Amino acid sequence: MSDGSAPSGAFQNRSASAGPVSETLLETQGLSKNFGGVKAVTGVDFRLGRGELRCLIGPNGAGKSTFFKMLSGQLPPTAGTILFDGSDITGEPPHKIARLGIGIKNQVPSVWDGLSVYEHFFIAAHRRLGARRAAAVADELLMKLGLATLARRDVGALAHGERQWVEIGMTMAQDAKLILLDEPTAGMATDEVERTVALLRAVNISTSLIIVEHDMQFISMIAGIVTVFHQGRILIEDTMENVLTNPVVREVYLGAGRPGR
Amino acid sequence: MAPVRLSVLEPLLWAAGAVALAVVPFALSTFQVVQITVFLIFCLLAVSLDLSWGLAGLLSFGQAAFFGLGGYAYAILCANDETPGVALAAGTVAGGVAAGLLGYIAFYGRLSTMFLAVTTLVVTLILLQVLGSTADPSYHVGAAVLGGYNGMTNIPPLLHEPTPFFWTAGGLLFLVIVSGRLLMAAPFGRILAAIRENERRVELLGYDVRGHKLAIFALSGAIAGLAGALFASWGGFINPEVFSLAQSAQVVIWVLVGGRGSLYGAAIGALLVQAMTQYLGYIGTAYTTLVLGALLVSFVLMMPNGLLPTFLRGLSSIGIRQR
Amino acid sequence: MEYLVVTLIGVIFAIASLVLLALGLAIIYGMMGVINLAQGEFIMLGAYTVVLSSAHGLDLWVGMALAPVVVGLVGLLVERCIVRFLYGRLLDTMLATWGLSLCLIAAVTLILGPSTEGVATPFGHVAIGGYVVSTYNLFVIAATGFLVALTWGLFNRTRFGLIARGAMQNADMVAVLGIHPPTIYMITFALGSALAGLAGAIMAPLTGVVPSLGLAFVAKVFITVTVGGAAIFSGTLGAGTLLGAIESAVSFVSTPIYGQVAMLGSALVVLRFAPQGISGLWRRSD
Repeated sequence: MSDGSAPSGAFQNRSASAGPVSETLLETQGLSKNFGGVKAVTGVDFRLGRGELRCLIGPNGAGKSTFFKMLSGQLPPTAGTILFDGSDITGEPPHKIARLGIGIKNQVPSVWDGLSVYEHFFIAAHRRLGARRAAAVADELLMKLGLATLARRDVGALAHGERQWVEIGMTMAQDAKLILLDEPTAGMATDEVERTVALLRAVNISTSLIIVEHDMQFISMIAGIVTVFHQGRILIEDTMENVLTNPVVREVYLGAGRPGR
Repeated sequence: MAPVRLSVLEPLLWAAGAVALAVVPFALSTFQVVQITVFLIFCLLAVSLDLSWGLAGLLSFGQAAFFGLGGYAYAILCANDETPGVALAAGTVAGGVAAGLLGYIAFYGRLSTMFLAVTTLVVTLILLQVLGSTADPSYHVGAAVLGGYNGMTNIPPLLHEPTPFFWTAGGLLFLVIVSGRLLMAAPFGRILAAIRENERRVELLGYDVRGHKLAIFALSGAIAGLAGALFASWGGFINPEVFSLAQSAQVVIWVLVGGRGSLYGAAIGALLVQAMTQYLGYIGTAYTTLVLGALLVSFVLMMPNGLLPTFLRGLSSIGIRQR
Repeated sequence: MEYLVVTLIGVIFAIASLVLLALGLAIIYGMMGVINLAQGEFIMLGAYTVVLSSAHGLDLWVGMALAPVVVGLVGLLVERCIVRFLYGRLLDTMLATWGLSLCLIAAVTLILGPSTEGVATPFGHVAIGGYVVSTYNLFVIAATGFLVALTWGLFNRTRFGLIARGAMQNADMVAVLGIHPPTIYMITFALGSALAGLAGAIMAPLTGVVPSLGLAFVAKVFITVTVGGAAIFSGTLGAGTLLGAIESAVSFVSTPIYGQVAMLGSALVVLRFAPQGISGLWRRSD
């Protein structure tokens, strides 16, 4: 399943909250992306079970964000296939993939500065719901995320952590089957990180998650299987403890991956 | 940049506006009524661009093209003995179809916003040349001779009396502004605002943004076409000058100077700039072009948000709440 | 046979004029991503420089040498006073330069009057079989080739060119090396303007020079640069060849207006399949 020097095979993809090996929700085969001469992602075979919570780690430039962009349709793959919930979504445009049930929170918060928090959630929900139900979903999310007091404020005026939550909230409003989160706690204070962990655990009950993170403390709190990316390939896939003690991983990560911030 | 939302005040503003439109002709001379009517038509044109540019972020340098096509459609149908009312509708449709075609090529062809701007400008200039070359009487549509650079004259008006025509133009402007504001506050309008701010984000939620952009762009073109038809009716003439660079620039300048995104700003910009242009017109058209160009440059550099938003921001900074 | 040669020369001339006129904007757009809607007016000013200097008794060639200097200085002024405040704001740059375009047209109309000026076409004719070809057309072709080669050499074989290309890719790195990126942008813009002025000067003997001269060229130049894409030389040459050939072919069988329409149409088709322009096709892509 993985590439490079890692031991392959006999471990089970298991999320902390779901049961043993579940049906496949997402699978990539030989997924690659080249930019001119730069090979950002090479031959990635990845599998995610339904209901799973997977963490993706790796040094900067390892290809994680590019991988996410291919999954969400923002970049067309150079080679390989992506299978989601039974359909081949390789190279499909972003709006079609979103309709099939993939939501994404980008690395740099991608929001609408001139629109209010409420409007963000409303528009996200409105895609599949009528105006009244979308409004109800928006109100509910404002409560859940503790953003009710900021409901009518323009997101451009919010702090970085709050903007991240807005984008996460949008993916929740989408009612996606799979949510991709690229560094959801970047720039957050410790208490905000803890709130995010609780939130994501609650979301994971009904939605599968793939989370890219650098914050090791966050990852240890959220548990689950970890996939390590390195130079565009999957290096190893295992539990957090095993990954941290793996000598190859330590070598690759030398200087990065300090616990906490 | 958030559109200006006036909430509770707004229906009061509309009521005041309606009353003003109804009453003003009685306080003015016939000449003044006729003069202000064309200003109202230009306000309508400015508002059409604001719907596309201010709301959805789609800058078209060729709003004048849709305006001109609307005017020509009206003139051609009238010359072919159609009733002016039908001709007016035809002008609206002409503007809408042209914008729809251009929009389809741009949005479904995934062309950049920059290319949309340049292409609309180029199309306008091409229309100028094509229609300017129709001097020979063999260029006609039915009974309507196109007339080259001289254009078409003796176009029958929609209404013969100035005051009813004033009310028609004013009424249509009122209707467009009110519906436009309601549209902006409705989910469709909010989605367009989101597309303006970050289109990719909207796509990632599952929306096919191409359709949304096409819809607003075509609507904007239709309103511009309506304004064009009204203009042809007002002046009784139409010629390729409507496709000139100066005319295209004026529409953009109105919206830039007045302020994008509120519809009111665009109307105010049109009024102010046209009043100024008229004054300068007594001196000469080259001076007018010079001043228009200077206006454009200075506003982009110093007040890119335009007058109305800057004014309102000034109000809120001295304590008057905006919302 | 001679007819073929003469026609071919005609097509090459159309291509060469397009490339000549577009080269300045290609550099400004390719190096800095700036869309200068006043580029047509820079061309116009170059043409007027030649016309005015001739009217004052100076030799035609002196006027042609003067044009890039004059327009280069104008470009420098424009960059310092307007463009440099708007880097990164593409649409605002377009709006501001459009305003500038209006000002320039108006200013020239007010100062020099709206009537058509001209200078005589130098050289004479060359006979090919039973046909004659204006020698000046051949000069234009040669001059274009020379200028393209010269500019290419400047950007690809000199230290300045290296720094400029570096600044285009990564301004911060260049700054770290001790070079001030804004200066590079200023010089590049002035260079693009000077080239436009020179192009206008070279084309001056072939057309009536009026204040609105720029408007006749701006559409063609923009379409060429957009279709050409980011690769300044290969893109402009490729787009110029394709669009120039189409325009001259269609103009030949009908009117110049339809030639322009055909050009725009082809541009739209090309961009539909290659949104980054022709240069996008040549990158080893994704």
